[in-house]
Amino acid sequence: MSIKDQVIAIIADQAMLEPSDIKMDNTLEDIGIDSLGLVESIFAIEESFDITVPFNANNPTESEFDISSVAAIVAAVEKLKAAQAS
Amino acid sequence: MNRVVITGAGTINPLGADVATTMEAMREGRCGIGPLDIPDVDRLAIQIGGQVKNYDETAHFNRQQIALYDRFTQFTLLAARQAIGQSGLSFSGELADRSGVIFGTSGGGLNTQDENYRAVYAEGKNRVHPFIVPKLMNNAAASHVSMEWKLRGPSFTVATACASSNHAMGQAFNMVRCGMAKVMVTGGSEAMLCFGGIKAWEGLRVMSKDACRPFSATRNGMVQGEGAGVYVFEDYEHAKARGADILCEVAGFAMTSDASDIVMPSKQGAARTIAGAINDAGLNKEDVGYINAHGTGTAANDKTECAAVADVFGHHADKLMISSTKSMHGHLIGGTGAVELLACIMALRDGIIAPTIGYEEPDPECALDVVPNVARDAAVSVALSNAFAFGGMNAVLALRKH
Repeated sequence: MSIKDQVIAIIADQAMLEPSDIKMDNTLEDIGIDSLGLVESIFAIEESFDITVPFNANNPTESEFDISSVAAIVAAVEKLKAAQAS
Repeated sequence: MNRVVITGAGTINPLGADVATTMEAMREGRCGIGPLDIPDVDRLAIQIGGQVKNYDETAHFNRQQIALYDRFTQFTLLAARQAIGQSGLSFSGELADRSGVIFGTSGGGLNTQDENYRAVYAEGKNRVHPFIVPKLMNNAAASHVSMEWKLRGPSFTVATACASSNHAMGQAFNMVRCGMAKVMVTGGSEAMLCFGGIKAWEGLRVMSKDACRPFSATRNGMVQGEGAGVYVFEDYEHAKARGADILCEVAGFAMTSDASDIVMPSKQGAARTIAGAINDAGLNKEDVGYINAHGTGTAANDKTECAAVADVFGHHADKLMISSTKSMHGHLIGGTGAVELLACIMALRDGIIAPTIGYEEPDPECALDVVPNVARDAAVSVALSNAFAFGGMNAVLALRKH
C-alpha cells in the first residue's frame, strides 16, 4: 500500500468513514475529526510508519507537521519517511 | 436539614451484572470468587479473585469510548445507567446544575497503567496511546458519568483505600442533606485484578490463596474483587413530589481517623465511627438490626471489628446480626462499600440478611451472630455499613427502612 493510501486508511478509520469517502482536499474538520481524534490519528501514523511526528497539540497550526488538509498530511508523512531513509 | 433517600441502584460485580442478580446471589449464598483469568497469572502466588466474568466491553461501548474508558470507568458507567434508569430522573436546567457525582476508587485506571508500563518497560515500546492520562486518572469515572448524564453540579473522586466509596457516599449524603445538591450520583468502582495490582497486594502477605472466610477461626486472609456500585441519593421532598420509588433512607454518616498506624486497624477508631453514625442519624443503638461488616477475612480486621461492635452496642451486640458479603464477592477495595450497600438495602427492603459464607469454625474473638453460611429472614429497620481503610480512615453509613 502506498503512503497515501495508508494515511487515508488511518484517517478514514478515525472518522469512521470508508477510504473512498475521503477527498485529498478535505480538512480534518470536514470529515468530523476533532482535537482528540487528531491526536489519535497522529499516534496511528507514528505507529504505522515508525516515525516521530513533530506535532504539538497546544498549537496544531504552528507545528512543523502540516495538517491543513488530507493532502498536506500525506505530503508531510512522505517527507518524514524520505528523511528517515536518507 | 433535608432528609435523603435512595431512588436508584446499579451494580456490576462478581455476583452479577445488575442489582436483582446480585441480591439473588446474596440470598443464595453464592460465591463469586474463583481462579483468576489474567495474563501472567502463573507468576502470581495468589491466583484467585472475585472477577467480573463473561464481560465483553464491546457489547456496551464503541471503539472510541473504549479508547477512553478504563475497566473501572466502564463498570461505573454500566452501574450508573441502571441506577439513574431506575430513579427515572433526567437532568436539565436547574436540576442538572444542582446534581453531581461523587465516586470512590483506590486504584483508578490501574489496568491502563499496568498495560502501558508493560508496553514501555517490558516490551521496550517508546510510544503510548495519546489517551493514557485521561483513561487512567482516578476521576475519569466520575467525569464520564457527569458527561453522559449532564450532571453539572459538584463532582469529584474520593480515594481512601478500602473506605473510598463509603466516604464518597457520605459526602454525597451530606451535600443533599445540607441543600448544596438536590441529587447526587454516588458509589464507587474498582478494577485492579491485573498482574501489577495483585502482585502489590501479595507483598503485604495478607491474601488468602483459597477463600475469604470472614469471622471464621479458619480465616486466612482477604481476596480481591472488582466491580462497581452506584446509587442515586435524592432529597426526600424532591423524590416524594415526583412519586419516586424509594429504596431506603440514608439516615446518618460518620468518619474518623485512627491517627495511629498505616495498616493496623484500631478498635477505638472503629467504635467511634460506628457510634458516630448512629448519633448522626439521631438513632439509638438498640434500633440497629444489621451491620454489613468491613469483614475482610484478615486476622487483624475481623477481631478488631467485632471488639468495636461489642464495645459500642454492649448487650445489644448479641441481638444484632453482622455479616460480611466479601466472602462472596471479595474485597472490591475502593468500590467495596458501594456493592456492600446492596446487602443493607436487601435487609431493610426485603427483610433478608445476606450471609457470611465460607464460615467453618467459631472464633472466640469474633463471638457475634455473623449469619453463617445461610441467608436469614428478619425484619430490620436500621442497618449500618462499615468501612475501615488502610491509613486508619473510617467511614460508616446508617440506613433506615422507608
